[in-house]
Amino acid sequence: MAITGLIFVGFILAHMYGNLMIFAGEEAFDEYAEHLRELLTPMLPYGGALWILRIVLLASLVGHAYAAFALWSRAGKARKSRYAVSGVAKSLFVSKAMRWGGVALLLFLVFHILHFTTNTIQINGDFDSPAARLVSSFEVWWAVGIYTLAVLALGMHLLHGVWGAGMTLGLNTSIAAAERLRIAAVLIAVVTVVGFLLPPFAILFGIIP
Amino acid sequence: MKLTLKIWRQGGPSADGEMVTYPIEGVSEDMSFLEMLDVLNEELIAKGEEPVAFDSDCREGICGMCGLVINGQAHGPEVTTTCQLHMRSFSDGDEISIEPWRAEAFPVLKDLCVDRTSFDRIIQAGGYISANTGAAPDAAATLVPKDDADRAFMGAECIGCGACVAACPNASGMLFMGAKVTHLGELPQGQPERYARVVSMVDQHDAEGFGGCTNLGECSRACPKGIPLNVISQMNRDLQRAKLGKH
Amino acid sequence: MTETLPATEAPADGLINGLYREGMPIADSVAPSGPIADRWALRQFEAKLVNPANRRKLSVIIVGTGLAGAAAGATLGEAGYQVKSFCYQDSPRRAHSIAAQGGINAAKNYKGDGDSAYRLFYDTVKGGDYRSRESNVYRLAEVSTSIIDQCVAQGVPFAREYGGMLDNRSFGGVQVSRTFYARGQTGQQLLIGAYQALERQIAAGSVQMYSRHEMLELVMVEGVARGIIARDMVTGEIETHLADAVVLATGGYGNVFYLSTNAMGCNVTANWRAHRKGAYFANPCYTQIHPTCIPVSGEYQSKLTLMSESLRNDGRIWVPKRAEDGSKDPREIPEEDRDYYLERIYPAFGNLVPRDIASRAAKNVCDEGRGVGPGGLGVYLDFADSIERLGKSAVESKYGNLFDMYQRITGENPYELPMRIYPAVHYTMGGLWVDYDLQSNIPGLFVAGEANFSDHGANRLGASALMQGLADGYFVLPNTIRNYLAEGPYPKIEENDPAVVEAREQVQQRIDHFLSVNGTRSVDSYHKALGKIMWDKCGMERSEEGLKEAIAEIRELRADFWQNVRVLGSADTINQSLEKAGRVADFIELGELMCVDALHRRESCGGHFRVESQTEDGEALRKDDEFAYVAAWESGGEDGAPILHKEDLVYEFVEMKQRSYK
Ligand SMILES: Cc1cc2nc3c(=O)[nH]c(=O)nc-3n(C[C@H](O)[C@H](O)[C@H](O)COP(=O)(O)OP(=O)(O)OC[C@H]3O[C@@H](n4cnc5c(N)ncnc54)[C@H](O)[C@@H]3O)c2cc1C
Ligand code: HEM
Ligand code: FES
Repeated sequence: MAITGLIFVGFILAHMYGNLMIFAGEEAFDEYAEHLRELLTPMLPYGGALWILRIVLLASLVGHAYAAFALWSRAGKARKSRYAVSGVAKSLFVSKAMRWGGVALLLFLVFHILHFTTNTIQINGDFDSPAARLVSSFEVWWAVGIYTLAVLALGMHLLHGVWGAGMTLGLNTSIAAAERLRIAAVLIAVVTVVGFLLPPFAILFGIIP
Repeated sequence: MKLTLKIWRQGGPSADGEMVTYPIEGVSEDMSFLEMLDVLNEELIAKGEEPVAFDSDCREGICGMCGLVINGQAHGPEVTTTCQLHMRSFSDGDEISIEPWRAEAFPVLKDLCVDRTSFDRIIQAGGYISANTGAAPDAAATLVPKDDADRAFMGAECIGCGACVAACPNASGMLFMGAKVTHLGELPQGQPERYARVVSMVDQHDAEGFGGCTNLGECSRACPKGIPLNVISQMNRDLQRAKLGKH
Repeated sequence: MTETLPATEAPADGLINGLYREGMPIADSVAPSGPIADRWALRQFEAKLVNPANRRKLSVIIVGTGLAGAAAGATLGEAGYQVKSFCYQDSPRRAHSIAAQGGINAAKNYKGDGDSAYRLFYDTVKGGDYRSRESNVYRLAEVSTSIIDQCVAQGVPFAREYGGMLDNRSFGGVQVSRTFYARGQTGQQLLIGAYQALERQIAAGSVQMYSRHEMLELVMVEGVARGIIARDMVTGEIETHLADAVVLATGGYGNVFYLSTNAMGCNVTANWRAHRKGAYFANPCYTQIHPTCIPVSGEYQSKLTLMSESLRNDGRIWVPKRAEDGSKDPREIPEEDRDYYLERIYPAFGNLVPRDIASRAAKNVCDEGRGVGPGGLGVYLDFADSIERLGKSAVESKYGNLFDMYQRITGENPYELPMRIYPAVHYTMGGLWVDYDLQSNIPGLFVAGEANFSDHGANRLGASALMQGLADGYFVLPNTIRNYLAEGPYPKIEENDPAVVEAREQVQQRIDHFLSVNGTRSVDSYHKALGKIMWDKCGMERSEEGLKEAIAEIRELRADFWQNVRVLGSADTINQSLEKAGRVADFIELGELMCVDALHRRESCGGHFRVESQTEDGEALRKDDEFAYVAAWESGGEDGAPILHKEDLVYEFVEMKQRSYK
């Protein structure tokens, strides 16, 4: 779970960096998208690196989701009779947020791929250029709304996910290490949320034409 | 104080249980929580009703025998054992729910008593240092840096009460196991079996039907001895090294 | 005031004081003689060996998983015997040894302050007020060093210094630092070590563990101990377990006083059942009372909590001079109206006088009506001076956890208000009589740890019970029991052997009786009543008159108990009232024997003070010419009167002296 999660984190950060390219203008963004497909050519065929990346991500996703559901069902089996009074445990919230939040992210992902990758869902017109798709979509307020919700959910997921990955990988072996891990988790979550939300809001408010 | 108690009553391991309401009066704030239950039981006996079965022994917070989920919290609202919880943590007119630890690995035996022998079996799987009687070298032969000794001690403070499991939304026993792995793994004497130990303990833990850890930290918050979550991380690290053969 | 006591003469019916008979004297027939330092080595050499291949065929039952029982179980399991281990808790790790706080003595001399096995031996004999056996105590001191080696090898995290060396402290007023400790949790850490060793043998299949099982009867076949009858406390099943030898390591009986620092379940049942089957009970009246416990706060009190004796190093003990000041805020009582009675009466030792003296002095001032707190049963232990002198943070770093514990229990802040303390029953030196091999007078029945009459004489030094429990369990018993087992395997016994059937029926009858009386009083109410009689009349201070009254009251209580106790529920599930009923029934009988023993011992000795035997200035007066013996009691004959067997104590190495702390 930690490994697949961290692959996502790496991807998310790279992806965020890519999105921020939009500030350099639509051409730069399109160039970047094109560049992704040319990565490592001619060693790999056109789009090869991207496909390898996609396969790795898909495998991680399957692994990640499988592990999540396995843990979930194991927890159910480990406590079949529930407490009559459930506590004020804040972790109950975190626990639910991870599980349902994860499911929500998965659904968003499907929507998101249909939207940007396959161009099946079209918001505000049909464009070939990824940059144009991006800009035109985020001129629509409810599209920004959906992405904002998703990114916030992602931030929450990361807040606990990065901490948990550190725990699982054995990085927390002292009080000081725990503190470092907490800070890292908060940092990654905040950077992700801010970084992903900058382009849509910039577009919505017309900062990016 | 006048209180309304809602207590889980269950006739035996396979019987169905239910929450039963008992009003109680004249509770002194100097009473311990278990003394309050003693008083209730005396009243029940006088009325000809079977007293509530609950476990306790030392009533000093060290044996780990006691353990109730009070208003949804393992060992109640304070960071201590149930036997060291006092009624001054409650106020007149409160409604208090009292339930047993709930986990499939801790089946209920009767009312509030549960079977925690699964913990013993985890220890059997490797929670020891193999040192036959009489074969030990002089105690001063191996120096142990104070930091290591202190960290080992921190793990060794576990009283095996099971509150970590009771509090964990996943009913996982990782804090208990992590505490033992850290205790023995920090000491030079524990090195030879360090990696084999963690593998077999974790296997046993899973076989007993405990849940998996999702690093929520509820266990550590409920732990009457304040054992930190980092013992779980320590255990994970040892487990990875064991699996990768890197040691 | 030195009174001459009436000599006890045996009347025509042989009943002394109408209470007991005197039987033949006894002696420890297996203790070697010769130079004291060689005796244990000699005995180990003489004890027969068992061929490793034969050990598998030999079985041992061990009741109890405290330090003594768990250590013995692990060691015998390692050696290859078939062990069955029993405890009443849900896990062997919860035995009451877990609660010991202070530490464990060992003559390691790591501090280089002149300690040696001989000095530990000397201190322990003296501390026991010359009522223990020299051979046993020397052996204890001798093996003490191996205990520490063993525990460290198992991973017991003893306190260490910055250099990585083991740390020691001085404890209980001795002049050398020989106490090993693990914060305030020494008992816990030692027990977890022994428990883990035991679990390792359970995993290896050499030990079978029966937790939540209570021994309710000893099985004797042709005068030899061959097994036990135990009740599965979850299913209620009455089980028969047979073996070549039986070891009782069932702890102390302090709960005869109802309130004590012992765990709720501590009981005398295993020992008492063995006693009723013929095992001698030695020195039952020897109990230790600890001066620094948290006082009783109300009728509902279920147990007492000990606070480390180390508090007396920095706290000053006092009560108001005038009884009417007892209810005032202590901070408002001016210096001149306070009586620092220990400092006043014992200027040389002050607040650091031994446990028994501190305890009795507290009782005296409370009896005078000058006690403080609820019921006037408490004295102040005041840290105001230390806080002023050392600063609050220094006091906090030394005693912080104890202060927290106090505050949790009482709701009072000891940094501001003085603590209130009162003595409480803490340890029982008496127990089943054993010889040097730890074998009782019943062949095949061995007794270890606090359950035997032990090596502590009439008073136990701090940090020496843990030492004795582990000495017995790891090193003594495994080496002596083999001498007995070497004669085995003993003839196989069937579960339908008449002796076995009879034992099982006795157990069943008792259970059926308790469940069918359907009287009016709860078991606890009897236990409390018994405790009050014992504490008032057979506690710190005893008098001929009080003890006689106590015996009469206990007899009445006993008759009422059997006719009027109310035990609800059934026998086939967990039934805590039923469990308690059996224990209280035995405590009541033991209480009577304790009073008889106390009555017959017309001297002040060790932990107890006999009013009729004091010096002119009111100090304890020991009578070596009359009472330098072990009083081993045989269970009564037809009229129930117990029979006293005396084992004379001979001191070849340590000279007997009266204690003085003035
Ligand atoms: C609060 C406290 C603090 C102490 N501090 C110190 C200290 O600092 N230093 C020191 O040296 N000593 C100390 N002592 C004394 C010391 O802890 C005990 O004397 C010692 O641990 C007794 O060990 P044990 O193995 O004989 O018995 P225990 O540990 O009492 O074990 C008894 C075992 O017998 C079992 N048992 C009993 N009856 C039955 C039955 N009928 N059927 C089945 N099983 C049964 C129990 O389940 C348990 O496993 C302290 C004692 C107390 C109460
Ligand atoms: C506002 C936030 C986001 C924006 C603007 C955004 C934008 C994009 C765009 C434009 C693409 C297509 C790139 C291309 O094909 O060249 C893409 C792909 C992808 N995004 Fe996002 N994304 C956002 C959030 C997320 C989130 C929260 C996740 C989930 C974890 C996610 C996961 C993915 C994945 C898995 C792909 C690509 C899959 C693939 O091409 O194989 N994205 N995103
Ligand atoms: S009864 Fe021992 S810890 Fe609570």
